[in-house]
Amino acid sequence: MAGGTGGGETVMATPVALHAHAAPQGFIRKYIFSLDHKVIGLQYYFLALTAVFVGMFLSLLMRIHMIWPTAVLPIVGEIKPETYLSLLTMHGTIMVFFVLTTAPQGGFGNYILPIQIGAPDMAFPVLNMLSFWTTFVGFVVIIAAFFVTGGAPLHGWTGYPPLSAVQSAGPGEGLGADLWVTSIAIFCIASLMGALNFITTTLDLRAKGMTMMRMPLTCWSWFITAILGLLAFGVLLSAGILLLLDRNMGTSFYVPLVVVNGQVMGHKGGSPLLWQHLFWFFGHPEVYIAILPGMGVTSQILSTFSRKPIFGYKAMVYAMLAIGFFGFMVWGHHMFMSGMSPYSAFAFSILTMCIGVPSAIKTFNWLGTMWKGHIRFQTPMLYAIGFVSLFVSGGLSGPFLAQPVLDIQLHDTYFVVGHFHLIMGVAAIFGIFAATYYWFPKMFGRMMNETWGRIHFFITLAGTYAIFMPMHYLGLAGQTRRYSQFTEVAYQAKLIPLQTFMTYAAIITIAAQFIFVINLFWSMFKGPKASDNPWEATTLEWTTTTPPPHDNFGGRTPVVNHGPYEYGVPGAPRDYVMQTDPATLPAH
Amino acid sequence: MGLALLLLIWLITLVSTYFFAAKTWYLPAGASAATGWIDHQFALTFVLMGIIFLAAQLGLGYIVWRYSEKPNSPPVPYTHGNTKLEILWTVLTAVLFIGLNLMGAPVWASQRWDPPEVGAVKVEVTGMQFAWYFRYPGPDGTYGATSPKLMDPSSGGEAAVGLNPSDPASKDDVVTGTMYLPVNREVDLSLRSVDVIHSFFVPSLRFKQDAVPGLDIHMHLKPTVIGDYEIACAELCGLGHYKMHGMVHVVSQEDFDKWLAAREAEKQ
Repeated sequence: MAGGTGGGETVMATPVALHAHAAPQGFIRKYIFSLDHKVIGLQYYFLALTAVFVGMFLSLLMRIHMIWPTAVLPIVGEIKPETYLSLLTMHGTIMVFFVLTTAPQGGFGNYILPIQIGAPDMAFPVLNMLSFWTTFVGFVVIIAAFFVTGGAPLHGWTGYPPLSAVQSAGPGEGLGADLWVTSIAIFCIASLMGALNFITTTLDLRAKGMTMMRMPLTCWSWFITAILGLLAFGVLLSAGILLLLDRNMGTSFYVPLVVVNGQVMGHKGGSPLLWQHLFWFFGHPEVYIAILPGMGVTSQILSTFSRKPIFGYKAMVYAMLAIGFFGFMVWGHHMFMSGMSPYSAFAFSILTMCIGVPSAIKTFNWLGTMWKGHIRFQTPMLYAIGFVSLFVSGGLSGPFLAQPVLDIQLHDTYFVVGHFHLIMGVAAIFGIFAATYYWFPKMFGRMMNETWGRIHFFITLAGTYAIFMPMHYLGLAGQTRRYSQFTEVAYQAKLIPLQTFMTYAAIITIAAQFIFVINLFWSMFKGPKASDNPWEATTLEWTTTTPPPHDNFGGRTPVVNHGPYEYGVPGAPRDYVMQTDPATLPAH
Repeated sequence: MGLALLLLIWLITLVSTYFFAAKTWYLPAGASAATGWIDHQFALTFVLMGIIFLAAQLGLGYIVWRYSEKPNSPPVPYTHGNTKLEILWTVLTAVLFIGLNLMGAPVWASQRWDPPEVGAVKVEVTGMQFAWYFRYPGPDGTYGATSPKLMDPSSGGEAAVGLNPSDPASKDDVVTGTMYLPVNREVDLSLRSVDVIHSFFVPSLRFKQDAVPGLDIHMHLKPTVIGDYEIACAELCGLGHYKMHGMVHVVSQEDFDKWLAAREAEKQ
């Protein structure tokens, strides 16, 4: 990094030569089947935006049903216990796959990564288009599960067999469950294609001078996420295919001899735990797939809006690599109560504690970045600060759940629900919000409304804490998750008042999200025009026009002379030095 | 804006912490031998994580307020980090997290690695959509054979678990829908499921274990306080998951013997 010239680092291939396709003319090639990573990024983003509203609506119905079980709702009618479980299954699946995996990586990663590394597009534009449209098909298939006979499956987003493998085990376990598995398999294929593209792009298309250690932390986060995706989704795809075979072809990968409703099923010798191992081998890295891009964008924004270099850039990179590495060795902590060997529980538990270390390093470095900075409170910064707070809160319940002896009490209770919602749900969503407010000017050429952005932030931060913090208390008191009602078990009935409070908090928080959507679409057409670099930031996307031209840099090839977070440089003419500024400037 | 953020973050932090510290909603009173150890590990973890939680959140609130950009702010320190600090907090966190984990490990080992004590009371727990059945092996101390073909959940009791009457060992087996356990005796539990995965969760006894079809999982526990404790199914098992509950009655050895004898007598 020293010296500012890129020194002896390998100079990458010339990106311009790789940009084979010309700017498209027709509407369909420009906006529907586009090869442009920016259009594809927006397609992913709007798909995720649609999905998040579906998922949020489902959670609203769940919260209403828990408190007012006999309520007859417009359109939906009365919610029965099995309907509740379908809502829960679809909420989890849609949120995890089509929101938390789709928006941060497919959306922002696609749009921003090539520009931030100085490339004209992704390495494989056709593959990129294909992976979006495959994801889209996956979304259509999962939504179809609502409308088939028997409705959507009730086995939860984790889909544990035999419940998910035996068609007679419950309503929705027929065609609905087949569509559910098929949708996930399709999603896996799309994600594998995306992962290959991200990895190749990052390794091969960096501009001259953009060494790995000069990449913005966002690029590192998308790169590491892609590696996790490449290793994890292949396993889930295989697991899903085996589940389909068990369901429809009479195989017994996951199902032993079982008697359902007094009927002896035809299966023999399968292992229900095999699915759990395969699923969580994907499922735990998936948590990091959802949150790593949020960490990247938070680092980017904290540095930019504190007007200070990121504290411990290398430590941040190594921490993300460590999180990715350990992320594949901790899946068993989801299975402490499953009947898995109690000896392996001990090993998984220690490894899980290890993953807390790089997470703590990141938090320290974020605080260190803001320390003695000049903090500016535009909306992206508010969301980045909110991310840090939620990451701390959601993270610190981890060491409880990582201890098998405490998991005896906490496993499958609301404590777990509170934990993962704070960290991989809300914190990741805050990352998406931060990224939206931050890159909106670059993507649409206009600014979002600050006042409404702030109002949206304060309601959402207070609201999400009001929903998810009480879940920890409920879990300690023994409130089991995935119960459609709490009236049947006496000690749980006593906890209903707290559940009622959470439902009210959820209604307010969900209502506040319309502020965001209206701000988003209103600003797209009516917001004040944005300059090329409205946040006075340093990375490459701010060196090009707003919005960027088809080839990102208008025929130029950027040459990188500096690190990504050069703020407050003594002796520089401004308080920031952009990555492409002349090498003669005093910055790193 | 910095002040508003400080106030909100501090308020959230202090209110959250209050309800943990005040134990407004907390672990139910424990009634098993493992309670003391488990609750102690909980308390220790709460104190350590609570300190970090307060320090990080209050610190975050303070920093955003203290370092808001003002016209007269001194120039920012132009620093890219501090390797010594990085090493320090890496080592501290690692020692804390792994140390905390190791402190809880002996409890886990005593619960899940060690076999039950000699002379433990044998009870088999069977989960099915959506009920729990409990089987006591009777005076011979041996569970009789069961057969999937004989399982008839609609009849309940012995028929539900598919007890095979032609096996001599099954003659004295007692199957009930409510669990009775003698106080201060180790219990050798055998957990089974006939259809999907269920989870046998008794919060007051600090006990949870999945019942998995195809597996016969052996666990042990020792109730120490006479009383009635609720069982809740903790693994999603279908549309009736929320009402798959049951009761454990922990009684004196005398009452337990009387109860079991009465069940044996009913059977003859």
